[in-house]
Amino acid sequence: MNRYSIFSLARNALSHHEDWQQAWRSPDPKPGYDVVVVGGGGHGLATAYYLAKEHGITNVAVLEKGWIGGGNTGRNTTVIRSNYLWDESAHLYEKSLRLYEGLSQDLNFNIMLSQRGVVNLAHSEHDMRELKRRVNALRLNGIDSEVLTRDEVKRLIPILSCEGHARYPVLGASVQWRGGVARHDAVAWGLARAADAHGVDIIQNCEVTGIMREGGRVAGVETTRGTIRAPKVGCVVAGHASVLAAMAGISLPIESHPLQALVSEPIKPVLHTVVMSGAVHAYVSQSDRGELVMGAGIDAFNSYAQRGAVNVVEHTVAAVCELFPIFGRVRVMRTWGGIVDVCPDASPIIGKTPVEGLYFNCGWGTGGFKATPGSGWVFAHTIARDEPHPLNAPFALDRFTSGALIDEHGAAAVAH
Amino acid sequence: MLLITCPWCGPRAELEFRCGGEAHIARPADAMNISDADYARYLFMRKNPKGWHYERWNHAAGCRRWFNALRHTATHEIRATYKPGDRKPEPPR
Repeated sequence: MNRYSIFSLARNALSHHEDWQQAWRSPDPKPGYDVVVVGGGGHGLATAYYLAKEHGITNVAVLEKGWIGGGNTGRNTTVIRSNYLWDESAHLYEKSLRLYEGLSQDLNFNIMLSQRGVVNLAHSEHDMRELKRRVNALRLNGIDSEVLTRDEVKRLIPILSCEGHARYPVLGASVQWRGGVARHDAVAWGLARAADAHGVDIIQNCEVTGIMREGGRVAGVETTRGTIRAPKVGCVVAGHASVLAAMAGISLPIESHPLQALVSEPIKPVLHTVVMSGAVHAYVSQSDRGELVMGAGIDAFNSYAQRGAVNVVEHTVAAVCELFPIFGRVRVMRTWGGIVDVCPDASPIIGKTPVEGLYFNCGWGTGGFKATPGSGWVFAHTIARDEPHPLNAPFALDRFTSGALIDEHGAAAVAH
Repeated sequence: MLLITCPWCGPRAELEFRCGGEAHIARPADAMNISDADYARYLFMRKNPKGWHYERWNHAAGCRRWFNALRHTATHEIRATYKPGDRKPEPPR
């Protein structure tokens, strides 16, 4: 792998930038690997990267049915934060945030992490109490978090409609200053390039059509590009988790829903932080290109169609325009949808399955991007050691039998 | 947005409805005495197919009655809606 640096930039300028090395190879699949990772999104690529980097397992294939960055990795609203209420989630997402903080250096790829702060608004006394509880819980877990008064919110975000006569008056907010945004495509590309440099084969346009089992354990996968044998298979396929689980005869408590997002036309910088409101269901930030990036809720019905209904978008836009009257005449440029795998307790499932050698990492639902490196890090550990890391042990599939759910529906800042 | 035919009221916009998730999940008759795994299967496990899906809908802003639908989760085509207790239609081949 050629390292990216100011010198390589200057050197390639001499040849008019026509001789840059491909960021990753496009190899044909080999007949067998030590580990096959199904799903070439951020989580799958991170899994492969940490398998190679942390555990020395480099004979790994990442199978992607489409192209790298074409699924949810390229469809999210790029928000990164770790302000989760429960200890289990807080530790997992904080691990991810810490990995994000060093990821550009680690990957030698600028993921454009911008820790511009994530502000969660409170619109009622009850919101305020919940928010203070969460801030206290976060601080006990060593995660930076502060309560802001209404005046402090107003000073931080002057364009926010805070006053008592506003439809959604702002009583205060919590802020995680280390939260922010990163370029989602760069996260996928950087991880793919770094995994490839360790020898991982990234195989695109390769859809898994079956999971082979021999004597109760996994033996490999059938794909549109032939049979690939492997003693260990890790599935990280987000919205299609149930489809893949059905191939292996496993039931999951997951339902797939469309989650939509949208961007406005580009405007001059007006919003320098990420603003979220769980009560009115809106989250908005401004991209480096000037677009307002907004996230909507999920459509209520199950779907694999990567599109949602306009009324869901309307609901979010209406809320955003109430909070930011200045955005009222900004036009929406683009909306899109991705298929998210929603768990009953809004927490992921990361771990072993009843089939030996088969591992699932799914159920991230509406908030997987922030977890990308942490998810890959713990999943790589789970696959390499055949046992979960303490960080992801509570997120096992059997919690739905034991009842030890990790209910993050309300605590995940935005209720979906 | 979906156009959904309520078996009682006729075709209406999706906005009038609430989706109730997978249909035809029978509560175990002897719920007190089944294993935790069986109860988890009833309570949490879902088929979530990519294809034809039996699901429950409630005409919340209309007659407020529940009914079932056979809908394709990749194309969103609704093949049939039918009243609770009616025989469920076969999915198209």
